Amino acid sequence: MAGLEFIGVRKTYPNGFRAIHGVDTSVADGAFIVIVGPSGCGKSTLLRMVAGLETVTEGEIRIGGRPVNALEPADRNIAMVFQNYALYPHMSVFDNMAYGLRNRRTPRDEIERRVADASRILQLDGMLDRRPSQLSGGQRQRVAMGRAIVREPEVFLFDEPLSNLDAKLRVQMRLEIKRLQRDLGTTSLYVTHDQVEAMTLADRLIVMNAGVAEQIGSPLDVYAEPATVFVAGFIGSPAMNFLAGTPVPDGPGVVLDGSAQALPFPLPSSAPRGKVTVGIRPEHLEPVSRDAATLELAVDLVEALGADSLVHGQLAGDGQGPAVTVRVDGALRVAAGETLPLALAPERVHFFDAGNGRRLV
Amino acid sequence: MVENRPWLTVLSHLVLSIGVLVTALPIWITFVASTHPVEVLMSGRTPLWPGDRFIENYTTVLGSGMEAAGSVPVGMMMWNSLVMALMIAIGKIAISIIAAYAIVYFRFPLRMTCFWIIFITLMLPVEVRILPTFGVVADLGMLNSYWGLSVPLIASATATFLFRQFFLTVPEELAEAARIDGAGPLKFFRDILLPLSRTNIAALFVILFIYGWNQYLWPLLVTTDESYYTIVMGIQRMVAVPDSEPVWHEIMATSMLAMLPPVLVVVFMQRLFVKGLIEQEK
Ligand SMILES: Nc1ncnc2c1ncn2[C@@H]1O[C@H](COP(=O)(O)OP(=O)(O)O)[C@@H](O)[C@H]1O
Ligand SMILES: [Mg+2]
Repeated sequence: MAGLEFIGVRKTYPNGFRAIHGVDTSVADGAFIVIVGPSGCGKSTLLRMVAGLETVTEGEIRIGGRPVNALEPADRNIAMVFQNYALYPHMSVFDNMAYGLRNRRTPRDEIERRVADASRILQLDGMLDRRPSQLSGGQRQRVAMGRAIVREPEVFLFDEPLSNLDAKLRVQMRLEIKRLQRDLGTTSLYVTHDQVEAMTLADRLIVMNAGVAEQIGSPLDVYAEPATVFVAGFIGSPAMNFLAGTPVPDGPGVVLDGSAQALPFPLPSSAPRGKVTVGIRPEHLEPVSRDAATLELAVDLVEALGADSLVHGQLAGDGQGPAVTVRVDGALRVAAGETLPLALAPERVHFFDAGNGRRLV
Repeated sequence: MVENRPWLTVLSHLVLSIGVLVTALPIWITFVASTHPVEVLMSGRTPLWPGDRFIENYTTVLGSGMEAAGSVPVGMMMWNSLVMALMIAIGKIAISIIAAYAIVYFRFPLRMTCFWIIFITLMLPVEVRILPTFGVVADLGMLNSYWGLSVPLIASATATFLFRQFFLTVPEELAEAARIDGAGPLKFFRDILLPLSRTNIAALFVILFIYGWNQYLWPLLVTTDESYYTIVMGIQRMVAVPDSEPVWHEIMATSMLAMLPPVLVVVFMQRLFVKGLIEQEK
């Protein structure tokens, strides 16, 4: 049974702005789905349509096989965690968690049991009498999650729940959310603009851009075979290098713009012969000995991060080629002004149609 | 700001002291006058220290009233003032918080038009519309009644406007979270918005109570029946007695009593009042 289904879902705001251009997908029960995309691409809109906080202009959303378009948020069997937590400031932690259950006329001992369970899981024991203003950011975050958990919903909805936390806490809460979701086995829809969060949390990733779901798949598939230039550039950090090029008319190679030499990029001869965008991830360019090198990088700037370094420079040696970034082992000593010989496994190169940005082959 | 300029300190204390004196001296003189027999006050020399008639004067004023001066018992006028001030304060808060709720949280046709109409009433305090308002109140048969005293003063936009501003600062997500938690519009209002507005309500109550208590012109106009006289207008009637000298010691005692309830309201609600003015419990 599918946990959550989108069937031709579109959204046009009352002011005529078309925020979602058609999303079609279904998600297995118990899966963790992450919607990732840049700010303003319609992630929250999609999530809020599932929650029932926005109407669905066209199409249908089903939760557990049941169409929910016409249902009030409270009747959809969902629970939502907001970015700013949206805790009721005048209520104690206990009341914050219990409020929804009381409105649902859950028996008193049942409420107490569920809140006790949730606060034990979330390490909130002993704080049930406090007000939200007496809690730290991380604790408020936990209360917000507790409020969702006690509902025992069919679907959890998260709208950038970690973006108000500092970096360290964010990593910690990310793990906790993942663990919690796995233990509870509840279908979850999680919105974020942070691709690291997206990669680490998702069973299934929906990459959105300007109201379109550009690619839907497992995080590693999306990373290994991005469907479009946008997805390729958005997933992965530092971002993929894009080089404009033209296929050699009668061979497997590609000539990069601004360079005379055909590079041994194995674009199959079956691919269209128009202009292409070559995509290479920074981590897939390997520093090698001068003999084994297929490419050369004129090093311009080195950012040492410790574990690894980011080397920025121009390809093709003469300082005229396209700018690329290479990720190398932090132990490798390389300085600006030097030339770095590089090699590249052919199967790691991505080709996109330069016109529409779609992946070739 | 930490500064170390002694002469500036002296100067500012001087200015402040003069300010306090200007405000407090008339009240002191009123109090002193209310503790003397009438002859002392009629003698032409204003006493500066309290006399020995405190208990007598205040008992007369509160109890029997000043039948001699043809006036109403002060206790009754204070009661009338209290009823009027409470009706105005509570009525205004109740109506405006509901109106603000509608304007901020609901989409209905002519919403902004409604808001502007309410807003425009800010420009029309009672004094400006006094004749037409009197006409309406008279036609409705509300002269000489508590309703007549309070209803026209309840209708005004200040409080609506303040609540609207407050509601706009309440995060939208709170309403959405409540919706997901199964709280309908009334429940959201009662369980969340109202408790959050607590300090604002308290601050407004203090301001509106004093506003209502101090009403002068309107009660003067709509009450001809002595049993609806309010204290602020009553004092004026005591001063303007025909054919006899005003009984100054009793008038002054009445004035002191008239000042008391607003002071008490401020004192007892001070904590909430200040909180409502300066901070939001976020
Ligand atoms: N109520 C609204 N009316 C009109 N446009 C809106 C409304 N809410 C959001 N939008 C627009 O829809 C687009 C997507 O918004 P949103 O889903 O919030 O993006 P995000 O991916 O950052 O969460 C944005 O361009 C935003 O300006
Ligand atoms: Mg958003």
